[in-house]
Amino acid sequence: MADKADLTKYKGVWVFAEQHDGKLAKISLELLGKGRDLADKLGVQVTSIILGKSVKKLAADLIAFGADRVLVAEHPELAEYRTELYTKIICEQAQLDKPEILIIGASPIGRDLTPRVSFRLNTGCTADCTELDIDLDERILVSTRPAFGGNVMATILCPEHRPQMSTVRPGVFPVPERDASRTGEITEITVVIDPADVNVTVVESSKSKKHGADIQDAVKIVSVGMGASDEVSFAAIQEIAELIGAEVGGTRPCVERVLIDHGVQIGQTGKNVRPELYMACGISGAVQHTTGISNAKYVVAINKDPNAEIFKFANVGIAGDAKQILRAIVKEIKALQK
Amino acid sequence: MNIIVCIKQVPNVTKVQWDENGSLIRSGLPTIINPVDKNAIEAALQLKEKHGGKVTVLSMGPSQVESALREALCMGVDEVIQLSDRKFAGADTWATSYTIGVAIKKIGDFDLVITGVEAMDGNTAQVGPQIAEYLNLPLLSYALGIDVNDGKVRIKQKLGDVLRVIEASLPALITVEKEINEYRVTPIDKVVEAFDKEIPVWGVDDIPADVVHLGLKGSPTKLRKVYSPKLEKGQVEMLQGTPEEVARQLVDKLNAKFLI
Repeated sequence: MADKADLTKYKGVWVFAEQHDGKLAKISLELLGKGRDLADKLGVQVTSIILGKSVKKLAADLIAFGADRVLVAEHPELAEYRTELYTKIICEQAQLDKPEILIIGASPIGRDLTPRVSFRLNTGCTADCTELDIDLDERILVSTRPAFGGNVMATILCPEHRPQMSTVRPGVFPVPERDASRTGEITEITVVIDPADVNVTVVESSKSKKHGADIQDAVKIVSVGMGASDEVSFAAIQEIAELIGAEVGGTRPCVERVLIDHGVQIGQTGKNVRPELYMACGISGAVQHTTGISNAKYVVAINKDPNAEIFKFANVGIAGDAKQILRAIVKEIKALQK
Repeated sequence: MNIIVCIKQVPNVTKVQWDENGSLIRSGLPTIINPVDKNAIEAALQLKEKHGGKVTVLSMGPSQVESALREALCMGVDEVIQLSDRKFAGADTWATSYTIGVAIKKIGDFDLVITGVEAMDGNTAQVGPQIAEYLNLPLLSYALGIDVNDGKVRIKQKLGDVLRVIEASLPALITVEKEINEYRVTPIDKVVEAFDKEIPVWGVDDIPADVVHLGLKGSPTKLRKVYSPKLEKGQVEMLQGTPEEVARQLVDKLNAKFLI
């Protein structure tokens, strides 16, 4: 049960490296960057743990992106992600190695895996964090997450249990520079799988063809809100996106009206994005949406209400009729590109 | 086939308030059943209609949780149990999962536990998987469909952009997505029944729980502070003029920054 830990025995930052079919997930790199940052503040090592069928080849990348040590668990039974098998291996290793911090991506796999791991390790976990820092006075992880649909931010600690666990939303932290000159230690974990541990069978697995899987990686996004959800405005938005090579995203109400797919919904209950250019068209700027764009570099806002919240987040704003303005922008871009 | 469904009552508000300890002020707020938990109830009712058995709904919270349980009775579930005690208050996901897990152990006879994927207030998605861990059950998460056959349960799982079919032996714990079904509207004959029914309330003395793991004191995570999200961006430059003029200014700016 959740008995208090002897805190002095726990040292180091662990990063769970998620991979899909032998390819590192981007969130793993984002976590390595943040994990490095936390470890440097504490003066400790970053250890990355990776599980899969044939994943040893990825260890060098994990080191290049910031790990000092990599723990590799390879086994044919680990080809497909399964909660209990992953939980068992991670918990056994964490009990041996005693990291003070363990961070995992708040991806679908991470959100399935982490609660089980944290319960088994008798420790707390802060879900879906958007900020992580170290309180050096107390040598403690400070995790911040949005709650209540992004209406409030909550800062959460895990003072008396170890490891301190947090999941991090994809797209929140930048991918660090790859440094091929970095060196590190690679350790293979002996994986023994007891048939009694294999409680779930994967009968079928297929990648869904839904578009929008890449909106988090998009360099440019043109985004639709209810103020630009009419046929003419939306057509102009799609045309602008086409002309400048952007992805089309949008707000939750536009998803509910089936204008766009849930996969490209941006905000608290959708995706966090970090594009170079974000064009918010007819978006009022409710906090549920703006929490998803806090990492956008350059924000353009078009809205009929000059007092709309969205302008507080924008670098450039246009107050006016979205339909007319969007059509004019299409014309201007076409003229420029001629 | 006996199914236990865990539901959460959540505040139906956009503006929330916290007390000086950082706990949510729940009194005086309109409350609803967390919407995806109604999909969990619906999934259980459909399985019962097909395979027979009993659906029991469990909810932990303050005294007003009773209204959520009455609503569950209206939907047609057989039994409800309320977990209410001052000692349960302030629980994080760990302590919540422990308390609910202990209560489910006390209920004992079940084939499936079903929960919603996450609650709309906390959005952690942790309690379902943690109950599964406490009860040592296989976890079948993000379900879009459930099939039970010959002692085995199979779900269609939405694991991000991967769709899987996964299978486990009963008993198991399933977390459902809202896309799994459309939950039913209350059949009128159930309403009267639901309001006459006595709801058992289990407190700390009714379940074999270790008090040190309950509530705020039993929670590994502690809230340090709560604040409104700050606005990060600086001054906005508002463009002025006709649609054609502002469009030209914008396109020139974006072009100068190599953004188009």
